[in-house]
Amino acid sequence: MHIHKFEKIWIGASLGLIAAFIGIVLFGFTVLEMKVPGLENEKTIDPTNLAATPFADPGIRKVGPNHYEVYMVARQFLFMPGTGIPLTLPADTRITFRVTSPDVLHGLEVVGTNLNATVIPGQITTFTTIFPEPKSYGLICHEYCGPAHHTMAGMINIVPKSEFDESTLVSP
Amino acid sequence: MTFVDRYPKSTRIIKAAFAVAFGALAIGGFFGLIQALHRTDVFRGFISSVQYYDVLTGHGVLLALVFTTFFILGLFQWGVSRSFDREPENMTFTWFWYGMTLVGTLMTTVAILGGLIPNSSISAAVLYTFYPPLQAHPLFYIGAALLVVGSWLAGADWFWSYRKWRAEHPEARIPLQAYMTIFTMLMWYICSLGVALEVVVLLIPWSMGWVTKIDPLLPRTLFWYFGHAVVYFWLLPAYFVWYTILPKLSGGRLFSDPLARIVFIFFLLLSTPIGYHHQYADPGISIGYKMWALIATLVILLPSLMTAFTVISSMEHGARQRGGSGYFAWMGALPWDRPAFAGCALAGIMFAAGGFSGMINASLNIDMLIHNTAWIPGHFHLTVGTASALTFMAITYWLLPQLTGRALKFKKLALAQPYLWFIGMTLMSNALHRQGLAGVPRRTAEPQYSGFSYDPPFGTMAEMDWQVAIGGTILFIALLAFLAVIGASWSKSETTEAAIDDTIPPPLSGPEHSPKILDNIGLWTAVAVVLVIIAYTVPLYEMVADGLFSPGAFPSPM
Repeated sequence: MHIHKFEKIWIGASLGLIAAFIGIVLFGFTVLEMKVPGLENEKTIDPTNLAATPFADPGIRKVGPNHYEVYMVARQFLFMPGTGIPLTLPADTRITFRVTSPDVLHGLEVVGTNLNATVIPGQITTFTTIFPEPKSYGLICHEYCGPAHHTMAGMINIVPKSEFDESTLVSP
Repeated sequence: MTFVDRYPKSTRIIKAAFAVAFGALAIGGFFGLIQALHRTDVFRGFISSVQYYDVLTGHGVLLALVFTTFFILGLFQWGVSRSFDREPENMTFTWFWYGMTLVGTLMTTVAILGGLIPNSSISAAVLYTFYPPLQAHPLFYIGAALLVVGSWLAGADWFWSYRKWRAEHPEARIPLQAYMTIFTMLMWYICSLGVALEVVVLLIPWSMGWVTKIDPLLPRTLFWYFGHAVVYFWLLPAYFVWYTILPKLSGGRLFSDPLARIVFIFFLLLSTPIGYHHQYADPGISIGYKMWALIATLVILLPSLMTAFTVISSMEHGARQRGGSGYFAWMGALPWDRPAFAGCALAGIMFAAGGFSGMINASLNIDMLIHNTAWIPGHFHLTVGTASALTFMAITYWLLPQLTGRALKFKKLALAQPYLWFIGMTLMSNALHRQGLAGVPRRTAEPQYSGFSYDPPFGTMAEMDWQVAIGGTILFIALLAFLAVIGASWSKSETTEAAIDDTIPPPLSGPEHSPKILDNIGLWTAVAVVLVIIAYTVPLYEMVADGLFSPGAFPSPM
């Protein structure tokens, strides 16, 4: 069958563009460590009984010399911790978030960053990041979760590492 | 002799389908205006912020499901009757699928509008995606299932016509419009199986209270198995118009029939196995399957880029037939003063912009910057809301005279309409995209929060809000213009003796230049099914392995 010369060039250029896009994403994934939430090693949990899970006691835990974990519960219509009292975290430190929901789907977006995830009952959303410098961030639910969805928000305060108060930690 | 004289029975069903489509467009469009004003805080007098979500559900369902589906039913019925030169085989069956689709639509609409009536026990503010454990009234799910099954039966009707035609023409190539209808419907069968399983097996028993708990991830995954391919169910009919009618409206002929067939094969193969790209931010799905979705999603750029080439080169051919010349100056020779042409061409231009933002959405980790922000409605108001919707409206200006036997009325208003839509969408969509970059969420009545503010990369929040509100208002005015033209032209007041333009010239390169394997429906369907099995078997098995309704969350009635 006949394919016009210009069309062949166009298809070739299109394939090149597609290959470049795939390459860019893989580069970000491997070299820049821009990961997305996925299936971690955790099993599913019973969303109707969070008391039997580490989420019974949400908060910050220390898991290494320069590594903290945040156990967070997103529920209608607040983040625990985060809503009411801001979640305070140290700058320039590895932070792993583990988030779940006991009721419906929620979103978790740290405004102005690429920290962005879906929170699903029965699943644990895990992602790791480093906040480079002290700053305050808005934390919002961006998945519709009920009549007061638009009120579901919180704050994350990033403080200098030296000012981070370890007495706020939850014991493991 | 135009279409209505040759196929009077087919014409009645097409007009009945279009009537529902435009009714849904009117209500859904009005809801869109309310939203644009409410979320930007320009005017909040129509509804409360709680009712916003009922209105949002209505906007999504009435436009994305009802308007599109009914318009497509009409458009494809037109293409099939015309291509095969046949009326439907059995009008009782034809009206049966129409009736089933209509009853389903009415049930779903009642469930949604019930939420706006104080103290009614019926509501369905679960948005277009209806993620459990948010729970709607059973009418919502049953209606949605009937709508989908009705569309399946419509497809069966067209396959019936195809078989009859094939028996009479054993050696002929399938006419291009019928070919596109068949491949679109095959894609639709494969993908809508996911949502049918979700609704019938999981959600209806649960909404009736027969089971108490629901696993939130499994139905969500089944939804997105369907949820991206449905986008192509809206888009491929626009491609049908761009490939087979737009070249003629430009003054020329389609560039290549074989490449159009290849493009539709690509869409059949790749539309469904990419649904995970709506779940990049989800837990519970392995990165490997997200990577597979990333690659397949970017590969599906290829048929869209090929379409861009074919459509533009066909338009150039048309323009040169009309005396156009030069590298770019030929564009001035196109019939920009004809509403059907102008609407399709402007829709195509908008689609290019929507395609670029779609590449960002597809790109796994880059998508995290804009996932679930206002960027997303900014994107799909260009693709579905313009590429499909504006094309559907514009081609109605060309189709309606064939269905009524009368010329279009209010021609100046008809000509202004696509340009108004283009301007309104330019304002609204660029502002939504930019708000998304600043982190403004989608699907919220009040994206304004106390305690922190957004930091837009450029421009200000106030300026973007005004663009959304003004753009939404212009879009609504354009919609009213469309309804006025169609309403006036539909009525039976006067007849015209002038000939109705309904011919389509053959392509420059016809199907005889392509291998017959392109027409092998069974082969391509089999390949599509295998690709779906590769993409979905393991993850779905992992979700089902711990029980269909487990881990289970309790319903949250809306």
